Amino acid sequence: MRRLLAVLTSAALLAGCGWSGEDATATGGGGTIEYWLWDSGQQPGYQKCADEFAKRNPGLRVRISQYGWDVYWSKLTAGFIADTAPDVFTDHLAKFAQFVDLGVLRPLDELGPTSDLNDADYQEGLAELWKGQDGKRYGAPKDWDTIALFYDPVAVEEAGIDPATLQSLTWNPRDGGTFEKTVARLTVDNNGIRGDEPGFDKDNVRQYGFGSDGAGGAGWGQTQWSAFTGSAGWQATDRNPWGSRFNLDQPVFQQTLDWYFGLARKGYMPSFAEIGGNNPVGPDKEIQSGLAAMALDGSWKISTYTNLTDAAGTKLKVGIAPTPIGPSGKRASMFNGLADSVTTLSKQPENAAKWVKFLSGAECQNIIGESGVVFPARPSGTERAVAYNREERGLDVTPFTDQVKQKTTFLFPVTTNAADITALMVPRMDAVYIGDAPVSSMTSLNDQLNTLFEVAR
Amino acid sequence: MATVTPVRKRPPDDTKLALLFIAPALIGFVVFMLWPTLRGIWLSFTRFNLLTAPEWIGFDNYVRMVQDPVFWNALKVTVYYVVVNIALQTALALAIAVMMQRLTKRTWLRGIVLTPYLVSNVVAAMIFLWILDYQLGIGNKVIELIGLDRVAFLADSAWVIPTIAVINVWRHVGYTALLIFAGLQTIPESMYEAGRVDGASELTMFRRITLPLLRPILALVLIITVVGSFQVFDTVAITTRGGPVDSSRVLQYYIYDMAFGRFQFGYASAMSVGLLAVLVVITFLQYRLTRASSSDLA
Repeated sequence: MRRLLAVLTSAALLAGCGWSGEDATATGGGGTIEYWLWDSGQQPGYQKCADEFAKRNPGLRVRISQYGWDVYWSKLTAGFIADTAPDVFTDHLAKFAQFVDLGVLRPLDELGPTSDLNDADYQEGLAELWKGQDGKRYGAPKDWDTIALFYDPVAVEEAGIDPATLQSLTWNPRDGGTFEKTVARLTVDNNGIRGDEPGFDKDNVRQYGFGSDGAGGAGWGQTQWSAFTGSAGWQATDRNPWGSRFNLDQPVFQQTLDWYFGLARKGYMPSFAEIGGNNPVGPDKEIQSGLAAMALDGSWKISTYTNLTDAAGTKLKVGIAPTPIGPSGKRASMFNGLADSVTTLSKQPENAAKWVKFLSGAECQNIIGESGVVFPARPSGTERAVAYNREERGLDVTPFTDQVKQKTTFLFPVTTNAADITALMVPRMDAVYIGDAPVSSMTSLNDQLNTLFEVAR
Repeated sequence: MATVTPVRKRPPDDTKLALLFIAPALIGFVVFMLWPTLRGIWLSFTRFNLLTAPEWIGFDNYVRMVQDPVFWNALKVTVYYVVVNIALQTALALAIAVMMQRLTKRTWLRGIVLTPYLVSNVVAAMIFLWILDYQLGIGNKVIELIGLDRVAFLADSAWVIPTIAVINVWRHVGYTALLIFAGLQTIPESMYEAGRVDGASELTMFRRITLPLLRPILALVLIITVVGSFQVFDTVAITTRGGPVDSSRVLQYYIYDMAFGRFQFGYASAMSVGLLAVLVVITFLQYRLTRASSSDLA
């Protein structure tokens, strides 16, 4: 459903872009830099950056095209083959290693304007992630994201839960801790009986305490189980970035998954079928429709949540709490970031690098910070985004930023062969979520992943 | 002929004109069918990631194919889909065609039967995805209204293939019915008159006259629809993307994902050649078993 909506919105936006696009080709000529991104929410902010860039660089202009997540990557791949790829595009950590292997990314160190990018200008650790195994830089950091709990304050109040307790929830794989107690309390069946009360009917639930974003096979459980495996002290690979041995066979991982997907078996979290299978509705829609009272989601969704409305069009209130503290005694969140990459197919790499330099610079990142959609990679931009949310939306987004401040983040597992890993992981993780396979099946998946890297080597 | 009767004037040589008329179809066939097929067969013997030059690896891809459990599962899922899809579609289309011929001759009715075919596969898949959505779909609301439990049509491994098959039946049945209807038109009305004189019922006439005389057309329709059905892709790509787990991972979708998602074009080509071989065998068998080239209308 979410993807459908994304496709539809992108179609609508494309239709809108058509006009300015035609103008651009008529007047811009060779100085038009093609720039692609997938998040429609970020397009207005980057359009402002593009306008500013055009003012600074007479003769150059940027044409932004936006495509929904799924379409984006297939269109990009097709573009590399058919020589219709953009000059600059928004890149993802899960994808860039493959592109480096395919030889379609230009090292930014070799381009004049971007040769002097400084790692220290960005939030700690972000810039290093975008260096390939050859040590060259393939992306200029644009933003970062972490995970937190979004909750429906009305549902929390009805359950008689003090919202302050949500700020310090704990969990463990044995009984789930105060986190699971809260989730059970927030779950209500069709007869109005709560999940922690006798007579609770787990097969006919009206409101789940904890929403679901699928099995998490495609992004290392980023918005699903990564906050739990992370706070249990688990790492996906032997080293990061560029790990080549996997840790899915470790008991700590399998116990955590067993507990996590157990929430669905207990009736506290919707099943694979209920969220729409491979077309999941997404945690934001689950909270909006009242299917879930609380859900993990990424900081890039803040504006989506603050714009949620009920059927009558009234804005819904939303609260944010940090990820629960785990057996390691700490909370944890995956720390991921996007960057801009220049393609080898670009006919004007120096101009493209100029635009990348501008995108990664303080001015553009401050503009993005003030649009309040994502946290820019530069600390000054991040501060502006926090201030925007506090002043304009009355929303405290520190549950996202504290993870970085308190160094409780772990990095997205960056590896080669990412497409193969996804293709192998998605069906196996889905099978565990559905209940078709035991969590111990992760051991054979781990062998497959290890073999993949031995063969590749 | 010309050699036997040398006295007669040779008929004008129209080879050149014939070639001219054939050319558009021939060029299209060579450029869009024959050449890609040959190149695909060649690529199946290489390791090729689309962006760097292919590297010859002999039969490695085929060895991998035979050992790949996902490939065999995909083949099984595809056959399951084809059986459900073709059985339902052919039966329904035959019923609709016979009704169109025996009960009414109204043109607007024939038009309505064909309308789903005018909707693109992707649009049809999206609309059904909405209708059948577990939470919000109107289809599930109706099922709840009549007192049954909601069904996760496109998210439950037992339901996905039948659901996708029915979606495609909905779209294609009108077209198939029209093809069969055209076949029915070739059966002379006198046959039915004779039948009526002998006191045969509608049902007997259907079994004894319609079906036997329709056999060559029905065979052709089957061959065309089975080949098309084996290539199911867009409905799967929109509604389930192969899931849950591998329960709707049909061969075409697996091939597509291998080529454009995982950049393993060589292996994807090998699997395409595998599909081609399966289709050749099935078409040959169908052709022989249904005696499609001969008619009983003598």
